[in-house]
Amino acid sequence: MENLLTRHRNLSVLAAVLFVQVFGLAVQVKRSNDPQQTRLIRVWAVATITPFEQAIVHTQGAVYGVWHNYLYLRGVRQENRDLKAQVEQLKLEQVRLSQDASQARRLQALLGFKEQSILQTMPAQVVGSSGSEQSRSLFLDKGSEDGLKKNMAVITSEGVVGKILQIYPHTAQVLLINDQTSGLGAIVERLRLQGIVRGSPNGETMLEKVMADEEVQPGDKVITTGGDGIFPKGLPVGSIVKVSSSDLFLKIRLHPAADLSRLEEVLVITKLQEVAPASGEVAGSQRAVDILAARLPGVPEKAAAKDGDVSNAASRDEPKIETSTPAAILEAKPGTGAKATTAPVPRPIHPDPAKPQRNETTGSPHSSADPLEKPAQSAKPAPVLKPIAEQPAHDRMQ
Amino acid sequence: MRLSQTSPEQVEVYRFPWLAAALIPALAIFFQAFVPVQLPFLSIFDVPLLVTIFLGVTRRNPVTGLLTGCVIGLIQDSLTHHPLGVYGIAKTVVGFGASSLGVKLDVENAASRFLVTYGFYLLHQFLYFSVQRGLVGQALGWAWGHELLAGLVNAVAAVALFAVLDRFKQRN
Repeated sequence: MENLLTRHRNLSVLAAVLFVQVFGLAVQVKRSNDPQQTRLIRVWAVATITPFEQAIVHTQGAVYGVWHNYLYLRGVRQENRDLKAQVEQLKLEQVRLSQDASQARRLQALLGFKEQSILQTMPAQVVGSSGSEQSRSLFLDKGSEDGLKKNMAVITSEGVVGKILQIYPHTAQVLLINDQTSGLGAIVERLRLQGIVRGSPNGETMLEKVMADEEVQPGDKVITTGGDGIFPKGLPVGSIVKVSSSDLFLKIRLHPAADLSRLEEVLVITKLQEVAPASGEVAGSQRAVDILAARLPGVPEKAAAKDGDVSNAASRDEPKIETSTPAAILEAKPGTGAKATTAPVPRPIHPDPAKPQRNETTGSPHSSADPLEKPAQSAKPAPVLKPIAEQPAHDRMQ
Repeated sequence: MRLSQTSPEQVEVYRFPWLAAALIPALAIFFQAFVPVQLPFLSIFDVPLLVTIFLGVTRRNPVTGLLTGCVIGLIQDSLTHHPLGVYGIAKTVVGFGASSLGVKLDVENAASRFLVTYGFYLLHQFLYFSVQRGLVGQALGWAWGHELLAGLVNAVAAVALFAVLDRFKQRN
């Protein structure tokens, strides 16, 4: 035996080295459920390589900054003028959007609608990659000493990038959304169809678990559901590029909103805030509809009796209520003929029980009960329907 | 063009100064991890593999070759989020194969270097995919077109890279 090993020394060493590696691999695969494990060799390798990467990236940044901020200033005046004009335009738009947002907040408060919003982010620079086409991950120049933790969401202004997979003192490894092992809860914005975004073996970003009979089209936007507890709701994931049918589910290819192959700077979401309805807005045990009823202008009993049916009155005399917005649905007093349940309800808060994947509330921070049904059933008769636009500002819900 | 050696005595064995032997693989791994972030199209190159092949065929010692491949592969593994050993196994076999082949073939000319690299690139990818699929249980997409093209690109790069690295070797 000893003679055999000596004679085939090279092959014996090869067999031994391969055996050790295969055995080690098997142990790792078996223990892959332990998320806290980080092999020492990984720590060493990352600690050796990333400082050089950081040094080069920061030097590059400094040289670029000096060149572009102090030396190469051609066309800056014109750009400044264009940007000022753009700012004016955006200010106008902001006024409109802030009105919409405050209205949405009031509605969320009334509906007991909880959602996560981004409270704090930390900018970080991409300094390196895994160096493998099969492992789609990146290294950042910030780590646990900068306040980053595992499973924090990483985004850019364009959309979702990935999540922090491994954390080291001065660097963090980010798993991109187009990696095969990633998974992200997402919905098709137009149809409110829920699915899972993950990478294909070839590195394409796919939306999975959408039933084959759904009418998904190329160009549809896909956003996060917020149900995975990592990404806040509503962040852009990408747009649908190709849809093909395969058995039970659709095969949907996405074009990621963030350019995953050219990432330089990213934002790590370090703090999420759970936005709950303010106590002053939904007071004590009072129901939302009662508050609304108290605030809406009343109609004399006589007039109501004379008309007999408020809904008829509403349909004849009152201007038609735009029921396509949640605001109008709430403003339409329940029990007055304008039935909230028959109105086109916004899908996020009104899942279709026949199709489970349309149920956005599954796994999301929202309440699973339909918040619109309760007011509709428990509403006291209220005299008049008024479109929100006609009411004085102080009469609207605060 | 002479591709084969007639006897082991004809084979010239080279060695590298310890600094070069340590720095060449380190720089290759650094290049692989850093450069594709700046220039994504360069991710098609597998520079650590090219260095493994070069060190193997130049030193012509199978044990050194397989150990070099093992270390380079494990460091590469440690930068990914996959289990350690996938690249390690593939590069161990390539390191062993390259150094064993170096004894039998003349790998000093460009044509043989091109062919050797092309063959070992495909072997490496086959081993990597097999281990990843068979042992780790992760399905990877094997695209023949991409792999053959990547093999060609790496083989061309190897001819240029080996010419540069030749400057560091010393006759034993």
